[in-house]
Amino acid sequence: MLFRYLFIFLVLLPVKAFALIEVDITRGNLNPLPVAVSPLAIDKSSKENFKKILKKENLGSEISMIVENNLKQSGLFNPLNKEAFLQEAEIANLKPRFEDWNLIKAQALVTGKVTFVDDKLRVEFRLWDVLAGQEMMALAFTTVPSNWRRVGHIITDKVYERLTGEKGYFDTRIIYISEKGPKTNRIKKLAIMDQDGFNNKFLTLGNELVLTPRFSPTNQMVTYLSYFKNLPRVYLLDIETGMQEVVGDFPGMTFAPRFSPDGKKIIMSFAKDGNSDIYTMDLENRIVERISNHPSIDTSPSYSPDGKYITFNSDRSGYQQIYVMNSNGKNVKRISFGNGLYGTPVWSPRGDLIAFTKLHKGKFYIGVMRTDGTGERLLTENFYQEAPSWSPNGRVLIFYRETKTNAKGEGFSAKLWSIDLTGYNEKMVETETDASDPSWSSILSN
Amino acid sequence: MNRNVVVSFGLHTLLLIITAMSLPFLAKKPIDLPPIISVELIQITDKTNIPFAPKAKKVIEKVKEKEKKLVSEQAPPKKIKKQKSDTVPLPDEKIEKIKKIKDKKQNPEKVETEIKQISEFEKKELFDSNNIAALIDKSKVESAETSKKLDKITQDQDKEMDFGGLTLSEEDALKAQIFGCWSIPLGLPFNEDLLVRIKLQLKPDGSIVKTEILDHARMNRPGQGFYKVLAESALRAIKLCQPLRVPSTGYERWKNMQLNFDAREMLEG
Repeated sequence: MLFRYLFIFLVLLPVKAFALIEVDITRGNLNPLPVAVSPLAIDKSSKENFKKILKKENLGSEISMIVENNLKQSGLFNPLNKEAFLQEAEIANLKPRFEDWNLIKAQALVTGKVTFVDDKLRVEFRLWDVLAGQEMMALAFTTVPSNWRRVGHIITDKVYERLTGEKGYFDTRIIYISEKGPKTNRIKKLAIMDQDGFNNKFLTLGNELVLTPRFSPTNQMVTYLSYFKNLPRVYLLDIETGMQEVVGDFPGMTFAPRFSPDGKKIIMSFAKDGNSDIYTMDLENRIVERISNHPSIDTSPSYSPDGKYITFNSDRSGYQQIYVMNSNGKNVKRISFGNGLYGTPVWSPRGDLIAFTKLHKGKFYIGVMRTDGTGERLLTENFYQEAPSWSPNGRVLIFYRETKTNAKGEGFSAKLWSIDLTGYNEKMVETETDASDPSWSSILSN
Repeated sequence: MNRNVVVSFGLHTLLLIITAMSLPFLAKKPIDLPPIISVELIQITDKTNIPFAPKAKKVIEKVKEKEKKLVSEQAPPKKIKKQKSDTVPLPDEKIEKIKKIKDKKQNPEKVETEIKQISEFEKKELFDSNNIAALIDKSKVESAETSKKLDKITQDQDKEMDFGGLTLSEEDALKAQIFGCWSIPLGLPFNEDLLVRIKLQLKPDGSIVKTEILDHARMNRPGQGFYKVLAESALRAIKLCQPLRVPSTGYERWKNMQLNFDAREMLEG
């Protein structure tokens, strides 16, 4: 009983209250984060082995260059000049001297080492918080030596995710249409490359016109438009085996194909007698289902990531506009109401935005809007550009841009460009040839 | 002819008289000067009694309303014949009743208890000539007490200053410093709760002794990976900025501080 009273007494004992000062920080800088990517350390024997196999002088430096370039391309990081580094890669890998990295204003540091183990490439890397003097992440990968570029991309994805809070998009590929020759007689081939433009491969010979390639969610299959018996048809191609087939036996032309999020269906447009509607075909049982039914041109369908909705463009209002409907074709709603024509809507992998191409007063725009049509933002404007495709994390869009020809018909080119959602980080994607109709894969290492 | 001249002269004279009589300067009235209002200038003290006045006013108004009701709204009370109770009063009660009646007769202007309570505040201002000496004596004691009280207030105010918040300029200086150091991770989902609260313990020179993320458990919660990224960026900003721009005085006041990093505004853009 006595203790109880004592406890109450202590609780009620008047104690001087110290008001804690609170300061709200609601602004910061949006400058790219300064990060130091130290060359990965490599021992002598490993260096010799990789030199023999890959013809690379210093694989550690090469991999670190991939990481550095990727981070720089993202626009969110500012990789510091290697010449300013005070600590040798071999020592930094063992224990970074944070004072040295602090001195060159690095806030994050990537170190690591490359070794040749049992004919395989082993890469260890560590991400450090320079200011806190703490390790943020440590991982090791073992793979065949020829995969060294992918290792660089995977490391970048991990660093990017750890520092930004969203998934990376560097270990990905882009499928596109490679173009060559004069504008009136272009040779178009289906091509695939890493997102940074390396490892380019052609998938078709260029005998037939190919258009609008799209990856399956597993990245193993590609659907695209080509010509069969002089009719545009949707094709399916297995990248690994090279096998291709025409999708469905439609009594007319099919175009604008795209996979459903589960990869089990292909959604496309089928045109007959001047009317174009949206159809799906189940890839397992080949059952075809009509989704839209309207005497207007409905095309460019794209599923929402959960597969519940479809966005498409239609001229049912008299002008080409963007619509959203349920995946069964019901509850059609128009979502674009701005001036101009809207087309090629693509649902973001995040599910929150729809990217589109807009034509207004003779200029082409790539923009985004919310899925209910609000918050329209035009990211970039040009003479001719279209066909946006989302990076797997929903932060960056890739599209193609064509240039004007002069009076002699010269000077035409088509190139791939990327832009992030801020609209500031616009960059040309290097390709071996002219390029159009890009489509971004999902992350390969998933 | 003469008659006409006389009539004309008479009428003109009349007209002149009427005109003269109606002229304003002739009808001068004495100016009604407003009564002189004497205004006493008083010293405004550090602490006034203003907070109490509205309360007292409300109560006075309530009572006035009650009185009004009694006059205007209520029907005149019925005359009820005094009923003699059957019970016989005890001798003590009788005496008390008599006393009460006597009191009433002796002091007929006595205010009712309710009103008395209300006007307690105003009562101090009333002048009672019967107790001047007592008042003088009392005032000495009271003035001593009030001066003591005033001393106490100033000490308290001093302490309040010690434990109060930063001034606007102090806060702005600190904010401006941290704004420059905080690189907001741009990949964060703007539709999530992006508030990180960090408690700091500071040295007198503004360098950091200790940092503590208040919602630390959230960092390891599944699906809250972005929170960890945000919290780390905020910690980096604090470390990059140190020593913080803190006031040169009043260390006790700011040695413990909380910074609330909110990225929503920036990311929603």
